[in-house]
Amino acid sequence: MKQTKQKHLSYAKWGYIFIIPFFLSFFIFSMIPLVDTIRYSFYEYYRSGIKEIGPTFIGLENYKSLLESDMLKYAGNTLLLWLIGFIPQIVIALLLANWFTDMRLKIRGKQFFKVVIYLPNLIMASAFAMLFFALFSNSGPINSILMSLGLTSEPIDFMGTAFGTRALVGLMNFLMWFGNTTIMLMAAIMGISPEIFEAAELDGCGSVKRFFSITLPLIRPILAYTLITSIIGGLQMFDVPQILTNGQGTPDRTSMTLIMFLNNHLKSRNYGMAGALSVFLFVVSGILCFIVYRMTNGSDDAKPVREKQKGGSKA
Amino acid sequence: MNEKKSRVISRRSFLKGAGAVGAASILAACGGSDSTAASGTGAEASAEGKVINIYSWNDEFRTRLEAVYSEVASTSADGTVTTLKDGTEIHWIINPNQDGVYQQKLDEALLNQASGSADDKVDIFLSETDYVYKYTDAEADVAMPLTDLGIDPDTDLADQYPFTKTTASDQNGVQRGSTWQCCPGLLVYRRDIAKDVFGTDDPATVGEKVKDWDTLKATAEELKAKGYFTFSSYADTFRLYGNSISQSWVTPGDTVCKVDQQIMNWISDSKEWLDAGYLDKTVKGQFNDDWNKAMGSASKVFAFLLPAWGIDFTLAPNWDGPEGSWAVTNPPQEYNWGGSYIHACTGTDNIEHVREIILALTSNKDNLLKISKDYMDFTNTMSGMRDAATDDGFCSSFLGGQNAYEYFAPVAENIKIAPLSSYDQGCVELIQNAFSDYFQGNVDYNRAKENFETAIKERYPDITAVEWAE
Repeated sequence: MKQTKQKHLSYAKWGYIFIIPFFLSFFIFSMIPLVDTIRYSFYEYYRSGIKEIGPTFIGLENYKSLLESDMLKYAGNTLLLWLIGFIPQIVIALLLANWFTDMRLKIRGKQFFKVVIYLPNLIMASAFAMLFFALFSNSGPINSILMSLGLTSEPIDFMGTAFGTRALVGLMNFLMWFGNTTIMLMAAIMGISPEIFEAAELDGCGSVKRFFSITLPLIRPILAYTLITSIIGGLQMFDVPQILTNGQGTPDRTSMTLIMFLNNHLKSRNYGMAGALSVFLFVVSGILCFIVYRMTNGSDDAKPVREKQKGGSKA
Repeated sequence: MNEKKSRVISRRSFLKGAGAVGAASILAACGGSDSTAASGTGAEASAEGKVINIYSWNDEFRTRLEAVYSEVASTSADGTVTTLKDGTEIHWIINPNQDGVYQQKLDEALLNQASGSADDKVDIFLSETDYVYKYTDAEADVAMPLTDLGIDPDTDLADQYPFTKTTASDQNGVQRGSTWQCCPGLLVYRRDIAKDVFGTDDPATVGEKVKDWDTLKATAEELKAKGYFTFSSYADTFRLYGNSISQSWVTPGDTVCKVDQQIMNWISDSKEWLDAGYLDKTVKGQFNDDWNKAMGSASKVFAFLLPAWGIDFTLAPNWDGPEGSWAVTNPPQEYNWGGSYIHACTGTDNIEHVREIILALTSNKDNLLKISKDYMDFTNTMSGMRDAATDDGFCSSFLGGQNAYEYFAPVAENIKIAPLSSYDQGCVELIQNAFSDYFQGNVDYNRAKENFETAIKERYPDITAVEWAE
């Protein structure tokens, strides 16, 4: 009896040994920098020329000057840029996923399309932004085409207006991520038992009704997952606008995201301010994660209730 | 559900895998160059190191060095390693100037200078006029005084233009760098447009038409009537104003950024010129695609304000029309644009080589004349440039057989270098960015001012206020 128990313990030991590398690397590469970031956010610590200033403890001074800055405006920009990309992304992805998984549509070359829509994601964001910068510049090909078609007599200054720049950033994020989302959602839809669809069909359910009443409710966990990853990704957005606007967030800083703001501080190696901003971002992501986590967890309890109201009895 | 999660995770691990592969290939690449170095390196850490690390932002310095430094044996195909005849290797560490990347990397390396192993230390680094002051600072002491290298500026560099020596000196007047080039700027114009509008492309006649800002404005109206732009963008004229500021952007020891009256003039003139249609509205700033295209044969831009390197390095590669379509003449205002300074880095283990390189590239008149001839660089030798101005051997086919030195030399001798500060680069860059929005009508004047204030304080946390002239 005692023997078997010890055997049990020795297995557990291996388990721990196997996960040590993760915790070790997490501690060294994530935990220490995280704690350091928080620590430096209370210090005045930057470089002037090649001279280092600080670190001097200044309490909450960094946080104060951060709140006095345009941080909220940049947070708004970030949210807007994310939404411009995310809304078409999720709509198109849902539509495509629904079509691709629809048995009756019998779309040929599904694999091919899956690869094609995923391809933009394989290009580096910075290379993609460079490409768009060249395409949409005043003397770029897009303007040449528009002018030779006679649609416009003067080149359109796409990146000279807030609308144009934001739309381009949104378009790029959409193009880069809709394939990824489509494939995830397809997996989710294929996970739904075909019997449910068959039963619905026998009951005379149309494709629109089927989508809203069966597919959508049943892939909610994955939708929520897409939402979290996208929000966190959106919060960290900088590569596309940084390259497109040369790090300036032009015009009038309307496409300056929070991380670009952070980069501006890092340019002067201002670890204090950058640290404070990072702590803000950390807290915001934490709150967002918590909300979405509650949403998904809550949905498990809430779903049967809602579906019962609709008269269903699944899940 | 589980299946879906694992798909997601597998994507992540795929990314991690890709990162690892990328890192491995970089390591492999380093290993490659190291192994070639190892053959000559051995273990001895004697007087002279076997690796000279040079930090720069493009291959300009490398091409000049290859052209005139007699010790060069060969350069690897990718341009990262140059081997000298005695087996010493020059390792080129190139980072782009844009967005301050070069300085970030250089600063990082300089901070590790004390602790790095001998062959990893920076031996030579380059700086531009915009930020030379940051590195020649006596307190920071990262650039060695030339006298410590065994170079006496008074005798060895006597033929250099005095303003280049002032620029490379610290606040106590100790010279800590030296340059092979001197960058007087000229007005470079299209001959065909000049013929079309003025009936002649003669540099002297055109020079008369652009001799000062008021005359140039009248000329701009003439050009506009024929459908031409005088310059491509407001950024083109910035150097002329920016070079004649009466006080430095930031007084040493002070924390207030002072915007000079000249800069305010640039702002008001640029707005006026742009609104009047003398500048091409579609070109925003310099060194971008639109600017490059404005130098092409399809463009309607009459002239550019460029120093010698600008003609060779930016104009010539972008020009797609027949040879000899351009000519130079005097600018409306004398100015200097750029200049790459060579510094010996404190802590170098290659003092002998560094001294030889600096002397070969910046004080040897024959070498400098060779650079001028091959690359159309205006080099830092007063007597040599005076000779070149009258020597037909220096005529350029790109300029239709014109001898540009005839115009460069007098400008160079009249340059008074604007008072420098270590904040110059950020100020110059950010004021142009901030007011770019204003010129294009995206923001009003005060908003542009605010944006500059925000940006400059972000870039330099020690700046507390901005003072505007007017």
